Amino acid sequence: MQIALFLIFGLLAVAGALNLLLQRHPINSALSLVVVMMSLAVLYWSLGAEFLAAAQVIVYAGAVMVLFVFVVMLLNAGEEERTRGSRAAALVGFPGAAAIFCLLAFVFLSERKQLGLAALGDFVSAFGSNIADISHTLFTTLLLPFEVTSILILVAILGAVVLARKEL
Amino acid sequence: MVPIAYYLVLAAVLFCIGVMAFLLKRNIITIFMSIELMLNAVNLTFVAFAHMWHQVSGQIFVFFVMVVAAAEAAVGLAIIIALFRVRQTLNVDQVNLLKN
Repeated sequence: MQIALFLIFGLLAVAGALNLLLQRHPINSALSLVVVMMSLAVLYWSLGAEFLAAAQVIVYAGAVMVLFVFVVMLLNAGEEERTRGSRAAALVGFPGAAAIFCLLAFVFLSERKQLGLAALGDFVSAFGSNIADISHTLFTTLLLPFEVTSILILVAILGAVVLARKEL
Repeated sequence: MVPIAYYLVLAAVLFCIGVMAFLLKRNIITIFMSIELMLNAVNLTFVAFAHMWHQVSGQIFVFFVMVVAAAEAAVGLAIIIALFRVRQTLNVDQVNLLKN
């Protein structure tokens, strides 16, 4: 059951990511990124992170991608022209990316016995509910970082307003 | 039952596609989207490890990454709009004021 869920949504995520890479119009890339984020939300849910699955749909697929689509439409971004990228990217970037992937895949697959298995409903927290556990930790031990992030969001809003003003 | 390693390999695949898109794309908005893709791939590893250790701290880390990514998207897109006002282009090849 879970392997089917993982295969369907994992392949959907990879297909969406490849589509982001291959599409030339930014709006198509944005919509395929929404596909990736929705399938990642399903994968989070299958790993027992219900709160994060909901937050992924609301924050990422909702708020952030709407912002992206708005900017694409506001700037009337057309198809990008294919140009030759920088030489440094071709010489170091792609072999580097391939090397990172090979290293990560080798380590993960050789340690797969130690990493264990994931089963649906396997993640049992002390509170019985995932959201209760997260909120308890967030509002007791991690209260200061939580408040600091609210200040970060405030500063980001102010920065966005100042940067996007007519006269800079 | 799915091995946790498969989730981690999927995250590695997504991260490397994000790196490729970051290097290949010429449109600054799409480059920004590929950064979001890389952040999402790393979030998937956090959730997988949180499941593996049966601890909630990995999920809280993902929560903070989401908050920072939302703030980053707001500021970055505002910078893109300001850049477009000045240069009238979204192509990163033509934004080379510091190069020459």
